[in-house]
Amino acid sequence: MTTLSSKATCNSHGQDSSYFLGWQEYEKNPYDEAKNPNGIIQMGLAENQLSFDLLESWLAENPDAAAFKRNGESIFRELALFQDYHGLAAFKNAMVQFMAEIRGNKVSFDPNKLVLTAGATSANETLVFCLAEPGEAFLLPTPYYPGFDRDLKWRTGVEIVPIHCTSSNGYKITAPAIEAAYQLAQTRNLKVKGVLVTNPSNPLGITLTRRELDLLINFIDAKGIHLISDEIYSGTVFNSPSFVSIMEVLVNRNYVGTGLWNRVHIVYSLSKDLGLPGFRVGAIYSNDHLVVAAATKMSSFGLVSSQTQYLLSAMLSDSKFAKNYIVENQKRLQNRHAMLVNGLKTTGISCLESNAGLFCWVDMRHLLSSKTFEAEMDLWKKIVYQVGLNISPGSSCHCDEPGWFRVCFANMSEETLELAIRRIKSFVNTISSSKTSEGLSSSSTKNTRRKSLAKWVFRLSFNDRDRER
Amino acid sequence: MVAEKLQYSSVRLSKVAVSETHGEDSPYFAGWKVYDENPYDELSDSDGVIQMGLAENQVSFDLVEEYLEKHSANIGNEASTFRENALFQDYHGLKSFRKAMASFMEQIRGGRAKFDPDKIVITAGATAANELLTFILADPGDALLIPTPYYPGFDRDLRWRTGVNIIPIHCKSSNNFEITRESLESAYDEAESKNVKVRGVLITNPSNPLGATIARPVLEGILEFVTRKNIHLVSDEIYSGSAFSSDEFVSISEILEARKYQESERVHIVYSLSKDLGLPGFRVGTIYSYNDHVVKTARRMSSFTLISSQTQQLLASMLSDRQFTESYIKTNRERLKKRQQMIVSGLENSGIKCLRGNAGLFCWMNLNPLLNECTKEQELELWKLILHEVKLNISPGSSCHCSEPGWFRVCFANMSERTLEVALKRIHNFMSSRNLCS
Repeated sequence: MTTLSSKATCNSHGQDSSYFLGWQEYEKNPYDEAKNPNGIIQMGLAENQLSFDLLESWLAENPDAAAFKRNGESIFRELALFQDYHGLAAFKNAMVQFMAEIRGNKVSFDPNKLVLTAGATSANETLVFCLAEPGEAFLLPTPYYPGFDRDLKWRTGVEIVPIHCTSSNGYKITAPAIEAAYQLAQTRNLKVKGVLVTNPSNPLGITLTRRELDLLINFIDAKGIHLISDEIYSGTVFNSPSFVSIMEVLVNRNYVGTGLWNRVHIVYSLSKDLGLPGFRVGAIYSNDHLVVAAATKMSSFGLVSSQTQYLLSAMLSDSKFAKNYIVENQKRLQNRHAMLVNGLKTTGISCLESNAGLFCWVDMRHLLSSKTFEAEMDLWKKIVYQVGLNISPGSSCHCDEPGWFRVCFANMSEETLELAIRRIKSFVNTISSSKTSEGLSSSSTKNTRRKSLAKWVFRLSFNDRDRER
Repeated sequence: MVAEKLQYSSVRLSKVAVSETHGEDSPYFAGWKVYDENPYDELSDSDGVIQMGLAENQVSFDLVEEYLEKHSANIGNEASTFRENALFQDYHGLKSFRKAMASFMEQIRGGRAKFDPDKIVITAGATAANELLTFILADPGDALLIPTPYYPGFDRDLRWRTGVNIIPIHCKSSNNFEITRESLESAYDEAESKNVKVRGVLITNPSNPLGATIARPVLEGILEFVTRKNIHLVSDEIYSGSAFSSDEFVSISEILEARKYQESERVHIVYSLSKDLGLPGFRVGTIYSYNDHVVKTARRMSSFTLISSQTQQLLASMLSDRQFTESYIKTNRERLKKRQQMIVSGLENSGIKCLRGNAGLFCWMNLNPLLNECTKEQELELWKLILHEVKLNISPGSSCHCSEPGWFRVCFANMSERTLEVALKRIHNFMSSRNLCS
């Protein structure tokens, strides 16, 4: 039989990880308020569904944008033919305006330094292709977005070395942690090309502090390496401290025009802030003209549809709309976040204190039968199959400590979120009551517990592929 | 400070980033720059450069615009489906879109082949599809065999980030650039002598730049060759809807269907709407593979290059409208045929012969008699002359890796008839001035 390449046959696409398996279970039995009220509620998808009405009303008031018209005149041909990898100028102008607005206009961006790509997935991969050779490495703070294992490594052949962050200090990036990661790379004979951070963080939902940003800058300065700042959640910061962009810090520290200035690159997207993941709108921003030049050519492999560029250029250059959207969207995220955090609190579950993102980083360590990842997996399976919630286990995000889970709150209605919280409540009550009866220490109770365990075990899906890991 | 900056930049970027494999320093692209500086404008009756190096299809826009006008109530105004669509990022692609594409591809082939929507993988353009397939079928250092002359973009699309090599299958004008068994074997042997592993053959059918379909016996010969060598076959059929008559185009899919799909797991088809529908800006490409493992892997890899769901939805509607598609395919073919006849006869009147073509948005023109010497350098000199003095940007055969100097690709569908007339007039004047008219 004709063979395929090693990229085709290896596992670096990461699709066998639990992050994706939970999705598969959800797909088999998805919750629907009317049709399947006992189904699994999807809480593993970091989507922003809270502000569509704002987009929809703008569209209703501005029908030209989606109809290939400008001032009532058809520009269909122009758009149909437009495949210039420099991107639609009007769209790039609107994008940089939007990015500046999100950063409180404390920094401004040059549209000529922006490269459009089919989503942040493409932007991240493209940047790694431009900055590193196969076999070289990027340092990433843990826990991190599971998709990075595929996006940054699969076709590029580049490695990820973790910068271990822990709950003991609120997951702040520390100098010893970065240094340790760098040393680990050396011992593995991996040349480190840069650091990639997600700010605000996925899965933590927190923004990097100025102190951490300074630390990162000092580090890449000392080592002469790159820094990629994935800021796709920058528009989802709903509480203080407000978002501080790496660019702002560089400007304040007078790094403009230096070698280091050229080694900091930003990734952006409209998938999270605007809730438009289907439209595939991503971007790379770099001060290094060689990076911009290479990335621009590479974007040929993943350009943004001109139909979409035009629609969004019209929408985002309506600055009144854009400003209002940002503010309103943040308010709604703040409310949802509070709903989930407070709801979990009443069940005795706490979350990492967070100010951004579409999810909470939830502490379920006290619910583990033991401080192990096996116990985390067991708990996760219970939550998926018994409680009926697809949430993301910390291990899939390369978290060092078992017991943490990412739980999304912006991809469902309020009612569904309330239901999810109720389900967690009754689940926690069941555990506490079984723990209480355990305290009575009678053999009959032990038998009951064994019996309930047995029932539980039989409810597991026979497609349990985690055993292979 | 500046020197330090440059030094840091060049030391720290990857080899891929600084390599020239993106191919943008070739004459193919240089001509565009000259055009950009002084483009011809119909209205101002200018002296500018006429762009004849861009394989775009502008002859049938009115049909698409008419469709959009008629169905404008449905397009982009349904608030209820906006959010579903905006959220849809599933790399399987919209089912309705894949069904519509499968149906469109079947219609183009006159119903002589069936396509299963579940074997369609979506990508942002054929550029992405070709690169993706290369990543899947070959490892860095391996090679694909490609018949010459070929689309210059392949040098970038197939090699740049993949690290895969292209070994040419040399085709000659003496037999109309047909792909022969000898030329296939010879290319394979060349790879072996260089210790390079051949993973597949990639053909473009109809051919760019030849503007001609590949004959059935030749396709069968290629299929027999790849089967014997146990390698893959990629058939880039992005110009299939631009064959002037449905009967003259034979798709590899038809041959496979006729043999009940024996040996089909080594065959993969690339398609796009950039040429047939004239929508390069929308970034609509597809991979169709008879190999389930390839389909599965390609789907996962397509995460890096998905089609905007907004665009998928628009095209799903349009392409599932059979009344529209049948009429479009037929009319588009007729108009392209007419244009091609116009340019071919115009060139003939100027004493220039073209390869007999029956498809595509361009013709393959022979200016060999004008060369002082039959060399690549003389071809480039002639090209520069035509660019700067005749003010036409055409593509020199050397940029397409043609083994014989003097051939040029000339596009005819990316301009109005009037502009084409102006271009033909300029050529006529040029040839007259060299006393070469018949």
